[in-house]
Amino acid sequence: MNLLKSKSPRTVLRDSARRPRARRLRKSLPVVLLHLVMLIGLLLTLLPFWWMVMASFMPGGEASTFPPRFWPSQWSLQHYQTLYERLQIGRYFLNSLILAGGVTLVSLLVNSMAGYAFAKFAFKGRKAIFTSLLASLVIPGQVTMLPVFLLLKQMGLLNTYFGIILPGMASIFGIFLIRQYLQGIPDSLIEAARIDGAGDLKIYWKIIVPLAMPILVTLALFTFMGTWNDFLWPLIVLNRQEMYTLPVAIANLMGEHAPDPELMMAGAVITILPILILFMVLQKYYIQGILMGGLKE
Amino acid sequence: MHRKTLIPWIFLAPALGTLLLFFFLPVAASLVMSFTDFDIYAIGKLARVRFNGLENYRRLLEDPLFWKALLNTAYFVFAGGPLTILVALLTAIGLNSRRLRLRPWFRLGYFIPVITSLVAVAVVWRYLYHPRFGLINYILSMFHVGSINWLGDPQWAMPAIIILAVWKNFGYYMMIFLAGLQTIPDYLYEAARLDGANWWGQFRHVTLPQLAPTTFFVTLMTLIGYFQLFAEPYVMTQGGPINSTLSVVFYLYQQGFRWWHMGYASAIAFMLFLIIFLLAMVQMLARKRQEAA
Repeated sequence: MNLLKSKSPRTVLRDSARRPRARRLRKSLPVVLLHLVMLIGLLLTLLPFWWMVMASFMPGGEASTFPPRFWPSQWSLQHYQTLYERLQIGRYFLNSLILAGGVTLVSLLVNSMAGYAFAKFAFKGRKAIFTSLLASLVIPGQVTMLPVFLLLKQMGLLNTYFGIILPGMASIFGIFLIRQYLQGIPDSLIEAARIDGAGDLKIYWKIIVPLAMPILVTLALFTFMGTWNDFLWPLIVLNRQEMYTLPVAIANLMGEHAPDPELMMAGAVITILPILILFMVLQKYYIQGILMGGLKE
Repeated sequence: MHRKTLIPWIFLAPALGTLLLFFFLPVAASLVMSFTDFDIYAIGKLARVRFNGLENYRRLLEDPLFWKALLNTAYFVFAGGPLTILVALLTAIGLNSRRLRLRPWFRLGYFIPVITSLVAVAVVWRYLYHPRFGLINYILSMFHVGSINWLGDPQWAMPAIIILAVWKNFGYYMMIFLAGLQTIPDYLYEAARLDGANWWGQFRHVTLPQLAPTTFFVTLMTLIGYFQLFAEPYVMTQGGPINSTLSVVFYLYQQGFRWWHMGYASAIAFMLFLIIFLLAMVQMLARKRQEAA
């Protein structure tokens, strides 16, 4: 009796302690499962990049073994060295940089001027022009490829930087985005500057451009990444080897160096890394771009 | 607002000039070219071009390779598209869960394939798909799945390209779904719970209907984007084996820039445009009807 009495409160206590724990477990099981599933998904998503980076540092032949290796037996910079010294990767890198940078700078200027005109000036045909621009967004780029190629050939611009930069100077989507953004800027700011005696060019450069900076950064990021990653158009316009961009050069190397996965992986790393760094730094602007209307390269 | 002056036109001139020269005129020129026999001789001497009416289109409809390319592309679009959207939606739902920790890091990780160069990752995946040394067959072998000759087997080459495309693109649509999910007000879920809806019920009667505009947008984007399949087969299979991954744009590229049949290639480009346009129309009509109902 005495024993039982002394035991029962403890049992009650243990019971009351166990029940919430069971409930907590039942509640936390889905959470653990959620984390597990998301983590496995993440690992699978990143696995190709892991292998790419590791294989690029493997000594020749080590990426073609069974079972596959997940890291190099010894770290080797040999493939980066070969790419740089024998395969002119530096030149391709420079081409990509010049083209992406050039298209970005020029198109930012051209598109922001047009966006400003559509947003802040009343002129005849404004609505008609703007609507037809938007409507033509449904035309896939492949439709214009052949005539533009012939045109550039006629102009002597094949295998030049201008063959990429000139057709990339204006983008309908860029104009649209900037116009939308500028419409949110009150006219009073512009009127005040005009009363102060500022001309249109000064207003554009001193008021519009600084105010539009967030959208300009977003657009610049998309344009730069899009041009850097673009493949079909540079493949067609730049067919002389010294003009290749990184993606074109990589695709071409594949023909010759398919049996050297380590070398090819080093090339892939060099193509991906600059964009990855840029994205990490300016992530915020990129995500805003997606949400502002489904921008895509 | 400024009045009638030349000034807006000065601001517009560079953009409109560029678009006219490199977009609108070429669209028209392409249409004209599609009614001609424009070929490599015409590139040297324009006087050799002859109009041949609808001949290119007639030949196209009888061209077994074009049909093959169209069928392959349709396979890619209608299997790869829904799969991409499904993976994107599920990942977005997972990411949207308030109980998930380190959400920004998950989001970032899932998004990385989107920003990378398609050519570079296609090269990586070509090795991952290697029948003997590839990581994918190695992982499958752990689950006792026999070795698959991914890119060498006509049965498997297109599925391999679809898997790559899903991996590369789902992060983009995930981001859009995530934004859509975050606009669904909490009280809708509370009301559904009060009505006794379980997880599935909430998903079907709250999440899906609320996401409908987002899903429509995402579907349209995938449809248009996936119809332009090119770089994956170019890098991984060159359209093979036995044309099992030949896509419409790849065929256009071959006809136009490898064999310089530019009149014929223009006809392919316009067929592509027409198909994309019609499918987009069908989708928009379906959406309108759904909204009206």
